[in-house]
Amino acid sequence: MSTVLVIAVAVLVFLVIFQIAKASEYVAILKGEDRSRKENNKINGFFMITFLIAGLIGVYYCNELLVDKTLFAQPSASVQGERVDDMMKLTLVITGIVFVLTQIALFVFAYKYQENDNRKVFFFPHNNTMEIIWTVIPAIALTVLVVIGLRNWFFFTSDAPKESAVVEVTGKQFGWIFRYAGEDGVFGKKYYRMIDPANNSLGLNWRDSADINIKDDPAAHDDIVQDQTMYVVKEKPVKLIINSRDVIHDVGLSAFRLKMDAVPGTPTTLWFTPKYTTKEMREITGNPNYQYEISCDQMCGNGHYSMKGIIEVVTQAEYDEWQAKQKPAYYAAFPDKDPSNQQQAVPVAVDSAKKVTALSSAKSISTASN
Amino acid sequence: MSNEAILHSSVVAHDHHDSHDDTHHEHHHHETFITKYVFSQDHKMIAKQFLITGMFWAVLGGFMSVLFRLQLGYPDSTFPWLEDIIGKWGKGGHISAEAYYALVTTHGTVLVFFVLTAGLSGTFANLLIPLQVGARDMASPFMNMLSYWFFFLAGLVMLSSIFVETGPFSGGWTAYPPLSALGSASPGSKTGMDLWIIAMALFVVSSLLGGLNYIATILNMRTKGMSMTRLPLTIWALFFTAVLGVLSFPVLLSGFILLIFDRNFGTSFYLSDIFVSSVGALPNEGGSAILFQHLFWFLGHPEVYIILLPAMGMVSEILSTNARKPIFGYMAMVGSMFAIAILAFLVWAHHMFVTGLNPFLGSIFVLLTLLIAVPSAIKVFNWITTLWRGNIRFTPAMLFAIGFVSLFISGGLTGIWLGNSAIDIHLHDTYFVIAHFHIVMGVASMFGMFAGIYHWFPKMYGRYLNNNLGYIHFWLTMIGAYLIFWPMHYQGFAGMPRRYYDFSVWESFKQFADLNRFISTVATIVFFVQIMFLFNFFYSIFKGRKVTSTNPWSSNTLEWTTPINPGHGNWVGEIPEVHRWAYDYGKDGKDFIPQTTPVGDDESVH
Repeated sequence: MSTVLVIAVAVLVFLVIFQIAKASEYVAILKGEDRSRKENNKINGFFMITFLIAGLIGVYYCNELLVDKTLFAQPSASVQGERVDDMMKLTLVITGIVFVLTQIALFVFAYKYQENDNRKVFFFPHNNTMEIIWTVIPAIALTVLVVIGLRNWFFFTSDAPKESAVVEVTGKQFGWIFRYAGEDGVFGKKYYRMIDPANNSLGLNWRDSADINIKDDPAAHDDIVQDQTMYVVKEKPVKLIINSRDVIHDVGLSAFRLKMDAVPGTPTTLWFTPKYTTKEMREITGNPNYQYEISCDQMCGNGHYSMKGIIEVVTQAEYDEWQAKQKPAYYAAFPDKDPSNQQQAVPVAVDSAKKVTALSSAKSISTASN
Repeated sequence: MSNEAILHSSVVAHDHHDSHDDTHHEHHHHETFITKYVFSQDHKMIAKQFLITGMFWAVLGGFMSVLFRLQLGYPDSTFPWLEDIIGKWGKGGHISAEAYYALVTTHGTVLVFFVLTAGLSGTFANLLIPLQVGARDMASPFMNMLSYWFFFLAGLVMLSSIFVETGPFSGGWTAYPPLSALGSASPGSKTGMDLWIIAMALFVVSSLLGGLNYIATILNMRTKGMSMTRLPLTIWALFFTAVLGVLSFPVLLSGFILLIFDRNFGTSFYLSDIFVSSVGALPNEGGSAILFQHLFWFLGHPEVYIILLPAMGMVSEILSTNARKPIFGYMAMVGSMFAIAILAFLVWAHHMFVTGLNPFLGSIFVLLTLLIAVPSAIKVFNWITTLWRGNIRFTPAMLFAIGFVSLFISGGLTGIWLGNSAIDIHLHDTYFVIAHFHIVMGVASMFGMFAGIYHWFPKMYGRYLNNNLGYIHFWLTMIGAYLIFWPMHYQGFAGMPRRYYDFSVWESFKQFADLNRFISTVATIVFFVQIMFLFNFFYSIFKGRKVTSTNPWSSNTLEWTTPINPGHGNWVGEIPEVHRWAYDYGKDGKDFIPQTTPVGDDESVH
């Protein structure tokens, strides 16, 4: 019913506007086209200057209203992001000045030079000096922005420091999978045809598979695989190796001011240094529910909007404690291989030295957690 | 005196097309309804066909945005009437995620290609090129007709995709594979995507047929005395637009063809290492999903200028005419458009900074992208200087032209943010991007199109649009456009991603519920304002005030030397000869000197 009412009102308003517009056209013709044109000109000239003033006030008001809801209200959660913030502020100043000056010139000229019978138009087809000036000045301003931008860009995309933690992030419809190298510090090989949604979501090479030419990779046996939540250490650089299992996704880290696509078949990387733990950030923002969220920023299907991951930034001590509780994903798939399930088991058939270290260290972790 | 009589009291008898040059177009004396209105080869009729088809798509695409803005603004409300119009996609009065993505995708595709490419350059290139260069028609009127009908066909196929069982394509207008290649990854990528590609392929054909024609006409069919440097800026802009289209659309088509192969014939151009939950591991290996993005954006970026340049050209012409003052820096305007056209081909990868692109390659694209700001700045300063010390008449066309400049500044400046990869790495695919391209490309070009419609409507139909509705249309749209898109910058500053159906579960993005509601409300109102414009348009075709002089805006260009309702062939008798550039306004104390006026002995030289 209310819908019908709304439509009726809309139609009515529309008809009224139309009738008024039509009637004023008749009036205009009766008054003489020249005279009515001049009247309209005055009205529109007045609107021009009004629009400018109201617009500039509106820009200010909009900023007052909304800036606290943006990331400008909180510090960047990463070292990299601070540079992004600085660049945005510099760019805001430069483009802001240009914005205000050009908009003022545009609307003030429109207002000031509205038709007037006494004005003689200034025939001014070109002026090389002026044109050179306004070619060179933007070029200089842009050079500054490019130089600063590229220095930061090369910093962001440089190789991660050697001491970085490494986490593999894999996007899938519609969630995130994280993998840590485990005790050996080596990510085991994986192949997408080894994926088994039940217990091997990343397709780690946990067994020989001659038909697709895959060999069991012992380095994969200690890899830790987790869904949804990633743990990183405050002030320790972390390098993400980003993959996708199906379509293109994007690891969007708005709090850290960074993002990188996840492309199937082509791994990408991104590194950053977190500055605040999640707890600290809760205090800074005054929001007890604050979370570092990973948003998927590349259209990936109908569940795109729900593809959320969490980053827990913790202290080294908290991280160590968390790490000690983790079990390699291998044991979940092959419970019989889990040392904690077979207290006496000693690895009999040893493929490589690595496997021994992997298993024994896993054992030590599991005993430690007990 | 009755209203009608007031309105049309000063009708003068004017020539109809039955009296023109016999040797040229004798056969047009026997036009039937079909040859005149349907399969017409008259560039002016084809222009109208493009315009009205473009309007149809604009209404549909605009209405889609109203629907998905309902979801964004009122995620918790139900609208039972939705179920009536979109059926299972709006079950319980709630737009489903599937429908939301289909609406977003179709809105983007339709607005970018069907409205702002075909509707804009299709209309005004067809209308203005022959009229302003002094030709009786396009180089190949038949090809021109085909160009429209391929577009029409593309539209039919696109329209049919809305009605298939699995829905229209829903992977975003950029159609990135693998999502667009795998029906198993998204229902919209099934039949809907096949139809989408076919429609786009037909559209490419249409735009190539049109573009080649525009280039050939501009280069070969200028009237006597119309040297390239005497062309109105509209024609220069349409020329660069056509060149961009002819060089870049085939690349898009090649990208689509590879996509068709991947979808239907088991190739792996874009596919590698994919495990889809519903079907398991796919056999494809060795392809690169990023390859498609290169092919797509090699068109996609020039496409932005294909949309923008015609608007720039028309705005230059309209600003100069209504400021009663020559366009400032004609050669600089041509030069900057040339620079933009060249650079348009060299910046495509700035859409791909965060795809894992080689950082060095990225840095080159940063440099070239920001370089575009220089010719753009020149154009803005030149437009503003054109207004300076002019004698401005605020016709609705002039208002939209000034609005265009304002929007172009606002949206162009944010391009400096996004073109810098170190900022893009944060703002990429957020609402900041939506704000940027809607203002600079969407709304600004739309304003250019409105300016063109208001300015050349008398030439198209021999009648005026209602001025007062024009003023209301302008001011409401101008205010609305800023109210809708300006706050979106702030949503971008919060990192809020585009293409999200619902933000309520996100701690980082859910604080904008009020703002979203506000934007949706304004968007709906602005949409209805456009409907009012359309009403004005169609009403005025039949009932508008009649044009009584051949040159209602006191303009210099050639189209105003034709009869009020020119027939096929445009001029009665000889095509006029051109003696000067198009911008002698206010020269030597004369209000305007048409291009056809010979240069006097005592005329000053500038």
